[in-house]
Amino acid sequence: MTLQIADKIFHSRLLTGTGKFSSAEIMAKTIKASGSELVTVALKRTDLQQKNDNILSHLKPLGVQLLPNTSGARTAKEAIFAAQLGREALGTQWVKLEIHPDPKYLMPDPIETLLAAEQLCALGFVVLPYCSADPVLCKRLEQVGCAAVMPLGAAIGSNQGLTTRSMLEIIIEQAMVPVIVDAGIGAPSHAALAMEMGADAVLVNTALAVSPNPISMGKAFKQAVEAGFTAYQAGLGAKSIHSQASSPLTGFLSGVST
Amino acid sequence: MNYLDQSFYHQWAEINDKQLQQQLDEVQTTDVERLLGQPKITLKDMPVLLSAAAEKYLEPLAQQSQALTRQRFGHTMGFFVPLYLSNLCANDCSYCGFSMSNRIKRLTLTPQQVEAECLAIKALGFDTILLVTGEHEQKVGMDYFASVLPIIKQHFSYVMLEVQPLSTQQYQTLRALGVDSVLVYQECYEQKTYQQHHLKGNKTDFRWRLETPDRLGQAGMDKIGVGCLLGLSSWRLDCLKLAMHVDYLQKHYWQSRLSVAFPRLRPCTGGIVPEHLPTDGQLLQLIAVFRLFNPQIDIVLSTREPATLRNNLLGLGVTQISAGSKTQPGGYADQTLALAQFEIDDERSPAQMAEVVKEAGFEVVWKDWEPAYSAKN
Repeated sequence: MTLQIADKIFHSRLLTGTGKFSSAEIMAKTIKASGSELVTVALKRTDLQQKNDNILSHLKPLGVQLLPNTSGARTAKEAIFAAQLGREALGTQWVKLEIHPDPKYLMPDPIETLLAAEQLCALGFVVLPYCSADPVLCKRLEQVGCAAVMPLGAAIGSNQGLTTRSMLEIIIEQAMVPVIVDAGIGAPSHAALAMEMGADAVLVNTALAVSPNPISMGKAFKQAVEAGFTAYQAGLGAKSIHSQASSPLTGFLSGVST
Repeated sequence: MNYLDQSFYHQWAEINDKQLQQQLDEVQTTDVERLLGQPKITLKDMPVLLSAAAEKYLEPLAQQSQALTRQRFGHTMGFFVPLYLSNLCANDCSYCGFSMSNRIKRLTLTPQQVEAECLAIKALGFDTILLVTGEHEQKVGMDYFASVLPIIKQHFSYVMLEVQPLSTQQYQTLRALGVDSVLVYQECYEQKTYQQHHLKGNKTDFRWRLETPDRLGQAGMDKIGVGCLLGLSSWRLDCLKLAMHVDYLQKHYWQSRLSVAFPRLRPCTGGIVPEHLPTDGQLLQLIAVFRLFNPQIDIVLSTREPATLRNNLLGLGVTQISAGSKTQPGGYADQTLALAQFEIDDERSPAQMAEVVKEAGFEVVWKDWEPAYSAKN
């Protein structure tokens, strides 16, 4: 059941975000209910100087691994600079690399992301890049040393589910690092589906934060991720559009006669 | 290609006011009902939703706006505060207390005074600041900005500017000095009315102002603020043109974010009595309809509006609010200084406002930017 990313072992395959919640208290309770052990924080929302940050102070008692993200960066240069500030201020090498120059759909820039990933890996960061569901890009990111890849299921915050499903299947098939499906997961059933397909983990934020009851939703996602992963391990039966009668055409071969 | 060859001005020049007005007037309730609940609203739907007929559907519009805003922005509210650097002005505008013909005490903050203001504002909790000046090229021009911006950027992650329209090159210089966003409201998209209210100074140049967001896009500004001053002319028509402007900017400058505001004229020294002010319900219609049209856009609500209305509008589409604003230069460190640009209505302190926002179920976002993302780096 455990998940290894770089040198760390996690008991949960659900990553969570910290944005969009109505208060830091509700955020912390939701993360606790979700069982998540790897939690992203936006560097742009974090008070890196004063060290009395509201989000960080609520995360600390949970003992989770922080994953600072570079949301807001539009170029490799900006993302690298932010990652370095984050490393210094938060004391972690881990970074979720996000570069989206398009403020409308927040689509990740594949070129800048690959450039930044290569340099950050060389600087010793544990890099988890948010990227398009592009199988070649995911292999390239893996080759430059990323600790995992985080392809999108649908536009970020859209709650649309796995609209990139066929590409995700190829990415999962080919990957040698963990595949974490990020963005678009709007319901526990979407998370379960990603896990059934063989994803190593999923990241969920909006679906939790915007739910009328985030804490219960956190629990629901925990169960869905566990169920999906268990189902993947157990092996799903083959699908068919017809119900399978027992040998309607070849039954005669067994020599049954009336 | 020069930006002037393809700016919004050319699209604006093609607009037929009479035809647009007719479109607004002919909207039937069935047209509005057809759009309610549609997953995507486009520019061609805007005459329907901005019409008087759509005003009967404020409740479903507000509900959709609320849901879209929560999905995109979550349960959060961005806080910013204006810092008035100078009330010197070489323009004469019918509605503004800074107008050159007003005999008021004029003041431009020195770098030392700017520092004092920054410290006073920082103590209130803000990390996003909006710098405001009148228009005075000699005394409050690029040299002045270059002298005060390094001081300001030391204290604030995100710096917004609301000053006279400048050139593309000047905007590039300002970006390099740490400016992230520029707000230049057209005030009025109907040229004849515009000329009636802007009587002297550079602000009389309608086209130069209209093309400002183009220049900001060309300069790669992170966020461009557009809007019109409600009360000068027919606001439905004006806001329809504002929607066209938003649509144009989003397509042409896809890397810049946009913000929009719907300031209603406030009383000021020597100011006119507005003829076309939208009601509170109509203001809500504007906020909700722009949210449906553009789920990503920042919608700003200032302290111009009264406390009760601001409380009620909070969850319905707004994403950024100012709080504890002082509209006279030097007003944060010293309350006895020069005259204000206009009278604010909501006088609650930032801490009081933050409490109200929290009680309404929102997390206050004081910091929403990392200086590493500013062009100066």
